[in-house]
Amino acid sequence: MQDFFFYLFSALTVLSALLVVVNPNAVNGAMYMILSFIGMAVLFLLLDAFFLAVLQVLVYAGAVMVLFLFIIMLLDVERASKVRPKALSTAAALVGFGLLVVGLGYLFLGGGSVTPAELSAAPEIPMQDGGTNPMEFATASRSFGYGLFTKYMLPFQVTGFLLLIAMMGVIVLSKRLGPSGQEEPTTEAVK
Amino acid sequence: MDWIDILLKVVFAFLMVMVVMTMAGYSVLAERKIASWIQGRVGPNRTALPGLSSIPVLGPMLVKMGIWQPLADGVKFLFKEDPIPGHVKKFYYVLAPMISLAPALITMVVLPFGVYYVDGQAMPLVLANVDIGILFILAVSSLGVYGIVIGGWAANSKYPFYGGIRSSAQMISYELAMGMSILPVLMWANGPAGGLGDLTLYNVVTSQQAVWLVFWMPVPAFVFLVSLFAETNRMPFDAPESETELVGGFHTEYGSFKFGLYFVAEYAHMIIGSAVFTLLFLGGWQLFPTFGILPDWVANPWAGWGWIGSVLSVLVFIGKLLFFIVFFIWVRWTLPRFRYDQIMNLGWKYLVPIALACIFIYALIIAGWDLMVAVENTPAEVVQPDGQVVTQQEDLITH
Repeated sequence: MQDFFFYLFSALTVLSALLVVVNPNAVNGAMYMILSFIGMAVLFLLLDAFFLAVLQVLVYAGAVMVLFLFIIMLLDVERASKVRPKALSTAAALVGFGLLVVGLGYLFLGGGSVTPAELSAAPEIPMQDGGTNPMEFATASRSFGYGLFTKYMLPFQVTGFLLLIAMMGVIVLSKRLGPSGQEEPTTEAVK
Repeated sequence: MDWIDILLKVVFAFLMVMVVMTMAGYSVLAERKIASWIQGRVGPNRTALPGLSSIPVLGPMLVKMGIWQPLADGVKFLFKEDPIPGHVKKFYYVLAPMISLAPALITMVVLPFGVYYVDGQAMPLVLANVDIGILFILAVSSLGVYGIVIGGWAANSKYPFYGGIRSSAQMISYELAMGMSILPVLMWANGPAGGLGDLTLYNVVTSQQAVWLVFWMPVPAFVFLVSLFAETNRMPFDAPESETELVGGFHTEYGSFKFGLYFVAEYAHMIIGSAVFTLLFLGGWQLFPTFGILPDWVANPWAGWGWIGSVLSVLVFIGKLLFFIVFFIWVRWTLPRFRYDQIMNLGWKYLVPIALACIFIYALIIAGWDLMVAVENTPAEVVQPDGQVVTQQEDLITH
């Protein structure tokens, strides 16, 4: 049963992720991306990581993609997406894809092994007696909080700071100042 | 898992869908009846079933109450011609009403609606008692916005499109305030109130035995309620479908059963939202709060009554739920619609800062409480040097 669901939803995730790239229609692409996110959430569920699964849906499918869709619909990206990409960007995409394949191959077909020092930095997962689910430590959202506020306090804070910087960057970039430097720009000025 | 277990789960899920959908149908009737009372009219009072309505006194009374009206409405929606306008994007046009109803039906999986007792131990009546209950509800109900956005876009004409755009902006804005208004509740339920450190709604309900959180946290409760109105697109916030500006809003191009789906989805969302509010702030199925003075049994007087107690707890829960549905309808026919810029102002400039302030204030209070009163009583999960995790529940006391 578990295996069946795993294959079903990984196929769904990969297929819809592929369709995001291939499909020329922007709205279709966004919908496939949502599907891909939901498929990934189900994969998290199969790993008993309920908290991650829900966050995946809540943050990516529920909030980020709504904004994407909003922008796509508002800006009428559909017309823009009919333009064929330039030869240079096609070549660059192919080179990037090739590098990605090589990198993944290196990771999965030997080579990229983890050093003991890196392993010890990973959170402890206590094995239970009788071979029952060893991931049970991670199922309770409480254990996430406990880890975040003790062992991973510093990365947690740094990530928060990073997000703050990103937010300030967005404000700076999106706030176009008018000629006087203080007032809101008029419609003509923006055009 | 045994096949009989799976079968039972399916049967329970089916029953729950039936109950919620019936309630949704009858809230439409309630809406029409209450609207007509507020406006000094009579409301639906003609629909009759051939056999049942000829029972002497009772039959005409039911007809006058409009009991059969939802049935007639449903049959009408089902058998009307279902045209698809030529200019729409067909696939998304058909898909959108389904997307808008599905989240409401999915979220009910984690809604506890009563208690039952096994060997004196209280267990929640719920389809799936998962740890992440409230987050699950927030996550899945946040997908409901796609039904409206996609519907507005697929209809491919300007008024539905405006409706869809308005709705997505509104829902994103109020989702934030809604999520933040829940945080103090979860902090309280897992801190001083002696919860076990999970996010199940059952945990939140049991932590309210002493005081319902609507009394102790009136401001977060209010923020949550206002966001709930915005998220369900109910009256002061129904700019996405405001008739005077946008014809019918996002469902202008929809007719017959697809429109019916949108319509029922709105009421289903309302019911689920009311249920969540009841669980978070109104003590769920508990009869009265004890306020720390009254004896414990006033919260759950049916603790020793077996299945009758379970039924009573469900009835109390449904009673609170119905009160909220009436409240939703009452507000709709009382308040005028907000202008769109007012909605955005209220969401971003008032509700979000208020919710943030509430988080800080309640966090301070709870931290103070923990330091002063309950420092050695809170259940703590301690990671021992050898990596073993121990949950110290032995010294857990109920406040």
